[in-house]
Amino acid sequence: MKRAFIAILKRDLALAGRAGGGGELALVFFLTLVVLVPFALGPDLNLLSRIGPAILWLGALLSVLIGLDRLFQSDEEDGSLDLIRASSLPLELAVLAKGLAHWLTTGLPLAIASPLLGLLVALPGEGVLPLVATLLVGTPALSFIGAGGAALAAGLRRGGLIVPVLVAPLTIPVLIFGVSAANAALGGTVPFLTPFLILCAISLAAIVVGTMAAAAALRSAE
Amino acid sequence: MVEGVGGSAVLRQDSFPPTRLLAENLACRRGGRLIFEGVSLSLAPGEAIALTGRNGAGKSSLIAMLCGRLRPDGGRIRLEGGDEDAPLTEISHLVGHRDGLKTALTARENLAFAQDVLGDAAASPEKALAAVGLPHAAELPVGYLSAGQRRRVALARLLVSARPFWLLDEPMSALDTASQAMLAGLMQAHLRQGGAILAATHGPLGLDGARELRIGP
Repeated sequence: MKRAFIAILKRDLALAGRAGGGGELALVFFLTLVVLVPFALGPDLNLLSRIGPAILWLGALLSVLIGLDRLFQSDEEDGSLDLIRASSLPLELAVLAKGLAHWLTTGLPLAIASPLLGLLVALPGEGVLPLVATLLVGTPALSFIGAGGAALAAGLRRGGLIVPVLVAPLTIPVLIFGVSAANAALGGTVPFLTPFLILCAISLAAIVVGTMAAAAALRSAE
Repeated sequence: MVEGVGGSAVLRQDSFPPTRLLAENLACRRGGRLIFEGVSLSLAPGEAIALTGRNGAGKSSLIAMLCGRLRPDGGRIRLEGGDEDAPLTEISHLVGHRDGLKTALTARENLAFAQDVLGDAAASPEKALAAVGLPHAAELPVGYLSAGQRRRVALARLLVSARPFWLLDEPMSALDTASQAMLAGLMQAHLRQGGAILAATHGPLGLDGARELRIGP
């Protein structure tokens, strides 16, 4: 069972790295979004640094959402989901492996790249580490809430934009507490830890609920 | 003739527990329309069934039911003797219309993945590829292979993991005559090991003792 879990994780990581895997696409999309925002808002550095965490969080959220529809759909199309269903590994753990691989190839690179992109929105130095921390603990929630939505659309031939539309409203709490934690580090009355711990809790809950929901959706998609 | 293509050499030598697959009065509905009803079958170790019927008769649906992918709309499927309590999904191999291969991964990586996920490791991916006549394709991404070669890589999955029931949906499609003989050899070797096969087909399977089950009008 452990072997099957690691096999799914390893395969998804390998696929993301190969040509057409889309592993780096989310990162490039993130970069594009964050680069565009200062052009739209103008050269007001005070404004940019005040809304910087929000821009980075929105960028990260959208970057995670764009690639989500392929999470289960590609496996359903080529029949490898049948292979995973035929395993003795519970479908919940298979989803966990796929969600983990998704986070490692999208959420984690986004969090690592965010200090660099923080420069583009004039993020103050003391806000960089808290921002990375919030993205690091917040993006797993996005991957796993997204897994639930992606599993629902797995059987749809032309799912396309339905997954982001389905998932985006569910990510609002993640966005609220992610941005408020990142902002709290830049000053204000709320201590950093309060929203940050809530964000951690949301992430942990999303991993459990998203995994169960996705497995249930994949089971009934027959 | 089997030894000639290495069919029996790569299969695990110990045989399977004596499990029978029984289906009683199965019915299938698709979009409210009745596809078939009253289909019963029994598949014992060493037996092969050639499933025939016109297009749309429900052959693929029946196979999906037997491997636990689709819930029957009537009747029931059960196992008797041996691995009686095993879930249907875990005792059968499915090779369907979709090959279940990732085009970006090499043939060896695809088979190693199947072996890890399905468990019950039997032949190594390299040996399985040699048995289907593709030893040179091990390190090639599957995307570079032809349809027939992909089908053979998918069939090699039957060998990397030992499961008693082979459920094959038109396994001969896209195969040339030499590969069809190769597959017949692999199937005969599997039957001799105490395995069982149900294959949906429009042509001859190349198995002497295969019974024919015809569904639909």
